[in-house]
Amino acid sequence: MLKDSDRIFKNLYGFHDWRLKAARARGAWDGTKAMIEKGHEAIIEEVKASGLRGRGGAGFPTGLKWSFMPKQSDGRPSYLVVNADESEPGTCKDRDIMRHDPHLLIEGALLAAFAMRAHVSYIYIRGEFVREREVLQAAIDEAYDAKLIGKNNVNGWDFELYLHHGAGAYICGEETALLESLEGKKGQPRLKPPFPANVGLYGAPTTVNNVESIAVVPDILRRGATWFASLGKPNNTGTKLFCLSGHVNKPCNVEEEMGVPLRELIDRHAGGVRGGWDNLLAVIPGGSSVPCLPASQCNDLPMDFDALRDLKSGLGTAAVIVMDKSTDIIRAIARLSYFYKHESCGQCTPCREGTGWMWRVLERMARGEAEKGEIDMLLQVSHQVEGHTICALGDAAAWPVQGLIRHFRHVIEQRIDAQATKPLSPSVPVAAE
Amino acid sequence: MSVRRLAADQPEAFAFTAGNLDWAKGQIEKYPDGRQASAVLPLLWRAQEQCGGWLPEPALRTIADLLGMAYIRVYEIATFYTMFNLAPVGRYYVQVCGTTPCWLRGAEDIKASCRKLIGAPGHVTDDGLFSWTEVECLGACVNAPMVQINKDYYEDLTPESFEKILVDLREGREVKPGPQDGRHSSEPAGGLTTLIAQGLYAEAPTPEDSEEAELALLDEDATDPAAANAPIPKPPRGGSSGRRQK
Repeated sequence: MLKDSDRIFKNLYGFHDWRLKAARARGAWDGTKAMIEKGHEAIIEEVKASGLRGRGGAGFPTGLKWSFMPKQSDGRPSYLVVNADESEPGTCKDRDIMRHDPHLLIEGALLAAFAMRAHVSYIYIRGEFVREREVLQAAIDEAYDAKLIGKNNVNGWDFELYLHHGAGAYICGEETALLESLEGKKGQPRLKPPFPANVGLYGAPTTVNNVESIAVVPDILRRGATWFASLGKPNNTGTKLFCLSGHVNKPCNVEEEMGVPLRELIDRHAGGVRGGWDNLLAVIPGGSSVPCLPASQCNDLPMDFDALRDLKSGLGTAAVIVMDKSTDIIRAIARLSYFYKHESCGQCTPCREGTGWMWRVLERMARGEAEKGEIDMLLQVSHQVEGHTICALGDAAAWPVQGLIRHFRHVIEQRIDAQATKPLSPSVPVAAE
Repeated sequence: MSVRRLAADQPEAFAFTAGNLDWAKGQIEKYPDGRQASAVLPLLWRAQEQCGGWLPEPALRTIADLLGMAYIRVYEIATFYTMFNLAPVGRYYVQVCGTTPCWLRGAEDIKASCRKLIGAPGHVTDDGLFSWTEVECLGACVNAPMVQINKDYYEDLTPESFEKILVDLREGREVKPGPQDGRHSSEPAGGLTTLIAQGLYAEAPTPEDSEEAELALLDEDATDPAAANAPIPKPPRGGSSGRRQK
């Protein structure tokens, strides 16, 4: 298990004060100026060496992403945009960072912006997080007052940090939709290329990073890339915030080492699966967008990007949704399909039409009112949505359905059989009447 | 996609209060020159707050004029983003999270309580106090099931604790946002499993009993979660979960 001294988020649960003085006592804003004095490239190299992969779901190497930003300005400014539009079902980690450890995020934003030669950064927080927004804004104000950020600050890099909020659209967590929304438009994703590092916010070079990716940067630089890389295993390094929800005895957020076994995570921190480990039916290991895994694959499962990808699932946001044997798995996935139908931005036909179609078919399958041949048709349609849309929401809508059919086809078939053998109730009108 | 339309009955006009207009100008300052359209979401949100929780059509035009945007651009934003209510809501607007993590832990029961005490989704009670709707994931999944009432999250609900909140609000009693089962925030119930090592916090001495807890946790054989959780270090007083700020 990860040692407490190796944990980055020492106020994850908010038992301590989030304000500047207390945050400094926990180590925030310590030696920031010295880190900046090492130079832009040194910071990027250090983050690359740490092996940090983006914490927002895709797992792209953070240092590499930063290196795509222009080294020489062509007259356009560079922007850092922090994606705090946390709305992937199962995920609630960034919320804790923003309400309990906001100064780590602000310090990280300064360091990341400096590494990418950006003087302005926007944090895009989801609209529903009203109280979190209030705390984060107050923390930003504190940082300005203490001259830690702003013009002519003590750290030696002019830096303006603005907090911007959304208004209830999951799609705005997609980076180009977020930029559209930040520009005052509907949150509809842009075609890539051009990528944001070339043409992003207001047409200028932009990097979008998740809150957790940014908030771990100060500690990586303070303690060194070697320390971060020594945790976890190669290509899956460092610590990670896990969100354990669903049918566990004690749902919670916890910071653990990458690659921690799923069972240890659940048993040690979340009080075990409701009714015991043998009562486990399935888990969704990385937020609603990744395919579920049946209990048989969960026994020795390391929670990291590569191990989960090998099982055709993914670490995603590391939001573990646990389902015990009382769960109607078809309904659970159908509810996710409803989510994607509701959140599709409507721009691409396969997603706009496909998400609704998949949801309606799954609702029928949950009642058993379907033909067995429709299972393969559903699978085929999910493949026609996947990869045929501008952004990954189409993929995210298809994967849970594919995971359901891959592992629980027999449950759907049994449901259809049970419905087919049910005697007609006398009240059902028959055509001949 | 959700299809959303403006309400049939609309007021004649809308104007920001002087205070809100000043605030709006401050928001516009956050964005580069010529990019004032970026402020449209915060301004619409402030207008909704000023109108008691919903966005009348004249407000859309006022904001479009203020930001130099075509009316249709603001209309499409108001209908795209689901936090903008296009028809009046109750003074206490209850948003029940119904997505799978909350659904697994009893969101259907919370919805049943809403139907019982408030009525159908979207219906405003005769006293004007309540209306409710089901929403998608609100991002508090380890505190499921949960609802948002106006600005605050109410978490770890049971039908009983949730109905008590509604009754208390109706009777004008104070209610406490956050977890309703005694938890502080997102920590495991009954005792911390992490962040309990001696000397971790310079500003607050750790209680003596946490030494045992840490030893239990460092022992790799201690797989019994109950044993690992047994000693509970008390959180220091005066900590803030960030609620009730400003």
